[in-house]
Amino acid sequence: MADVSLRKVVKRYDEVEAVRGIDLDIADHEFVVLVGPSGCGKSTTLRMIAGLEDISDGDIMIGGDVVNDVPPKDRDIAMVFQNYALYPHMTVAENMSFGLRLKHYPKAEIKSRVTEAARMLDITDLIDRKPKQLSGGQRQRVAMGRAIVRNPKVFLFDEPLSNLDAKLRVQMRIEIKKVHQKVRTTTVYVTHDQVEAMTLADRVVVMNHGRIEQIGTPNELYHKPATRFVASFIGSPAMNFVPCRLEDTGGKLNVRLTDRLTFALPPARAARYQALSRTDKLLLGIRPEHVMEARPHADPGVEPFDAMLDVTEPMGMETLVYFTLEGTQVCGRVNPNAGAQDGTPLRLAVDLNNMHLLNEVTGAVL
Amino acid sequence: MSSLTIDKSGPTRKVKYGSMSRDRAWALRWSYFFLVLFAIFSLTPPIYMLITSLKSSAEISAATNPWWVYHPTLSNYIELLTSNQFLRFFWNSAWVSIIVVTITMLISVPAAFALARMKFWGSATLATGVFLTYLIPDSLLFIPLFKMFAVFGDWTGIQLVNRWYVLLFIYPTLTVPFCTWIMIGYFASIPKELDEAAIIDGASWFQTLTRIFIPVALPGLIAATIFAFTVSWAQFLYPLVFTTSTDQLVLPVGIITTLIKGDVFNWGQIMTGALLGAAPPLIIYAFLMDYYIAGLTAGATKG
Repeated sequence: MADVSLRKVVKRYDEVEAVRGIDLDIADHEFVVLVGPSGCGKSTTLRMIAGLEDISDGDIMIGGDVVNDVPPKDRDIAMVFQNYALYPHMTVAENMSFGLRLKHYPKAEIKSRVTEAARMLDITDLIDRKPKQLSGGQRQRVAMGRAIVRNPKVFLFDEPLSNLDAKLRVQMRIEIKKVHQKVRTTTVYVTHDQVEAMTLADRVVVMNHGRIEQIGTPNELYHKPATRFVASFIGSPAMNFVPCRLEDTGGKLNVRLTDRLTFALPPARAARYQALSRTDKLLLGIRPEHVMEARPHADPGVEPFDAMLDVTEPMGMETLVYFTLEGTQVCGRVNPNAGAQDGTPLRLAVDLNNMHLLNEVTGAVL
Repeated sequence: MSSLTIDKSGPTRKVKYGSMSRDRAWALRWSYFFLVLFAIFSLTPPIYMLITSLKSSAEISAATNPWWVYHPTLSNYIELLTSNQFLRFFWNSAWVSIIVVTITMLISVPAAFALARMKFWGSATLATGVFLTYLIPDSLLFIPLFKMFAVFGDWTGIQLVNRWYVLLFIYPTLTVPFCTWIMIGYFASIPKELDEAAIIDGASWFQTLTRIFIPVALPGLIAATIFAFTVSWAQFLYPLVFTTSTDQLVLPVGIITTLIKGDVFNWGQIMTGALLGAAPPLIIYAFLMDYYIAGLTAGATKG
């Protein structure tokens, strides 16, 4: 059990900077997820914490000690790989105990630790099988068991669920969360799946182009994204971004989306955005769930408008509707009984209490 | 544009169904044809050896049907197996092969591991270099090698030429490069995460090699071992050049030098000796064939 700190960590491969100066503090017992598109440097960061990659610049600390030059085996970490990386010639028990056997633990203790971990992961029956006799989910459990028996300071997960099918992924996600609740080991988890990040993490670190875009709890990232990248990466379907202009009409602030479409901002928003009324190149950011069917008694700040639907996607509990505003596709989520159909008009409403305003040039959320 | 018409009548020719299986049947017929042809071609010499080894010298030189044994006899076998000289050749061959295989494995497995996994300055060049050495034919190498051992003997007073153990230095020049190359390919096909997992589990490089890589790459290792054994066992040119005294000879050279006296060929015993000499590799192949095939194909696709 230990905290992990990264100080201005840089990774260079010849000319390319894969990680460009990362600062991150992970508290003891915390579950932190690094998330981002492929090539954002999240896996490299994890591998630097593991010691599998050298650090070009900066410091990594585990439990307060700088481990830059400490070999992986002395960092007291355990790692779970995407392709499980089980030793194919060893049984499940041998796989799990390999690290302990190398360190010459007493046989009785090895046995009790393996039994305990197998029980926790529900793989007691499989203990004498070889990896090729196991299903993907079972292999993933064994890989986790191998990490648990070591009782390390830090767990590192490198996209552990990417090789599983969708249903199993959800199941294993819950399994990982349960294990963490039991063992409480500090965990760094890398994934490109924002749903995995949101559901597992105490805190999520969103990375892009080798930098950290934002660090926060899942709810912070969802409701208060700092940048356009975070706003579009977190949440599915993604947030809509519509070019807009602020108009100050005698003390009242309006947001104009098209020549014919303009909404009055609710008072709280108007006060916040007052100073921006002269700014060009603004984007209105609005999540699909805040574009819904118009209801008779609308709350303040919910503004109705008419839209011509291009495509509708019935999902069962809701219907996704797509329409176009001046060439920008917008997605909304409406009640399945609202009568949304391809190519027909529908009266929709936008909840401006949950809007975001972004600078189109810098991508910053204002 | 008006001349453009679209034919909606569908195919006019009748579609033949089952053509897949017909193609397959023909492919099988051709495969069998060539396989049988090849089997006849390569099995005729050993069969002729077997037939001849069961004949007496008189019957061999008699003008009868050479493909039939009229008076089968085991005298050739009995004579050879009770001759100290032949047994001496056999033991020399066995010792040389076993020691060469051991030396080869001790060198080429760690070498292949280093070249496949540890990225160091010049590792890629070295890997290519290993392969290039294998391309130089032994018939070009034996004269300079002989000279080297002669000069070495002059300088140090240690005579290696005309001792069976000189072959222990020479055979590895053939076996080490090839076995290293096979093992590089095999090790390279092991996923990188496997050694990373081992390193995180606390294994040293040496433990990663002995406890992960060697067990996982066992089929490749066995293939390389069989190859090294076969090359050492069947080597003819080097022992012919480097050893001359009868008590230092290995089997292939021994048979030729002792059973051909001037222009008198003792065909019965030559064939018997060759047949007995072919037995050990044959037995090894029979037991390890599956491993050998798995090993060679795995080495072939990667590296």
